[in-house]
Amino acid sequence: MSVAGLPAILYIARMLVLLAVVAALVAWVIFAYNRLVTLKNQVANGWKQIDVQLKRRHDLIPNLVAAVRGAMEFESQTLERVIAARSRAVSAPAGAESMAAEADLGSALRQLFAVVENYPQLRANENVLRLQEELTTTENQLGFARQYYNDVATQFNTQQDVFPANLIARQFGFVHAELFAAGDDERSVPAVDLSLRPSR
Amino acid sequence: MNFTEQQRRNRRRTFLLLGVFVGLFALVGLAIDTTLIGAPVPVATMVAALLSTLFGLIGWRHGADWVMASLLAEPLRPSDPEHRQLDNIATEMAIAAGLPRPRLFVIPDPSPNALAAGPNPQRAVLAVTAGALALLDREETQGVVAHEMAHIGNRDTAVMTLVSVLFGSILMLTDWARRSLLFARQRGAGVNPLLPVLVVLLVLFGPSLSRLLAMAVSRRREYQADAGAVALTRNATGLARALEKIAASEFPLRAATRGTAHLFIVSPLRRRIDDREGAWASLFATHPPLAQRIALLRGMSDG
Repeated sequence: MSVAGLPAILYIARMLVLLAVVAALVAWVIFAYNRLVTLKNQVANGWKQIDVQLKRRHDLIPNLVAAVRGAMEFESQTLERVIAARSRAVSAPAGAESMAAEADLGSALRQLFAVVENYPQLRANENVLRLQEELTTTENQLGFARQYYNDVATQFNTQQDVFPANLIARQFGFVHAELFAAGDDERSVPAVDLSLRPSR
Repeated sequence: MNFTEQQRRNRRRTFLLLGVFVGLFALVGLAIDTTLIGAPVPVATMVAALLSTLFGLIGWRHGADWVMASLLAEPLRPSDPEHRQLDNIATEMAIAAGLPRPRLFVIPDPSPNALAAGPNPQRAVLAVTAGALALLDREETQGVVAHEMAHIGNRDTAVMTLVSVLFGSILMLTDWARRSLLFARQRGAGVNPLLPVLVVLLVLFGPSLSRLLAMAVSRRREYQADAGAVALTRNATGLARALEKIAASEFPLRAATRGTAHLFIVSPLRRRIDDREGAWASLFATHPPLAQRIALLRGMSDG
């Protein structure tokens, strides 16, 4: 090997190392970005699940009310609370107001279920039982949809915060997803901001 | 829920199982090649490897349906309120796990039990016995379904179903070989020279094979699925009560065999070894002791 050729080889080797480093960096950026997008889609999907359950809840309630009305003349207050809460929940604009209305509807429904327990003729009615099961599962599905949403939203948020993925998150304008606060069914209503789109 | 770590381990196990299965059959082929044929090209080895690979892959994909058929499982009847409730509960748990809802079956048997199978969540099946539906209330059924959902989520079902298919096929082959040998001797006819080779090989490899299967169906997976069920339902009481009720009932499940026992939430065979702790039991039992599982769940709900 000639002495003159040595620097050229060193130069090529240095360039190759540099290229490998750049390629690894680009690969990592793509990976981190894709992971964030995947999580974001999961969060959005989780949110849609909640909407599906809310719609189902609204559709089922009139049937339940009609089925139990005859036997529950003495409890008209409970029924009216459910009906009023439902119409408020249906008409409420999305966001904090809708959250509050849904939480209200949830507690009205729980009260109605508790009252139904006191009416043996209702508990023997197959139609009522069927509707009660449907609403129970809707309430459960709503709860689990929120739980799942919180799980993936937490993952999404963590991924935006940990180093070095946070550099990517900031660069592409990812924003945190809001979580449902514990026990929001009862009182505290979180301001859920679903502007999941990166703000550019 | 985060299943990734267990998913990775189970994916490795799936490949390992398939590899060992194919390797075993290739060995049988090799034995036939060297002792009987003596051809320059190892025809039997290649045929055995090819057929076992095909069988393994088809079994991996359709094993869940074979298992359901062998357990005489039936699809849900929408007219039955209990079946509708099971359908609802499965939907709830699928939402909690963020997975598609598995296809649902009911096994017409009074013994309370449940199982899940399938190569991946998209093709998973979940079956509950009629006895479990009758015995358990809503909360308890939810705990049981959540346990099965955890198995599906962390891909335990992929390994377990494959074990059923491969182990089941080896059991069947052994039976067939032994019986043909017996009949041939009774009739005084000439014995197919392949049969003794098969029997000797299966007797030789049988013990190490069952050791391997015991490793694949490690008892730890049941504890992990119990914990996964609690993570999904955020409620340990339902599953704990369900296991207590199942422990108190004494029926074995008639349609279950050694090839499918490890798939169930509680061993359907009711062998005494499943109630013991220790190294020996860990080697050969498919399930951890029920009392231990219940105690752990009770500990979670108190804490």
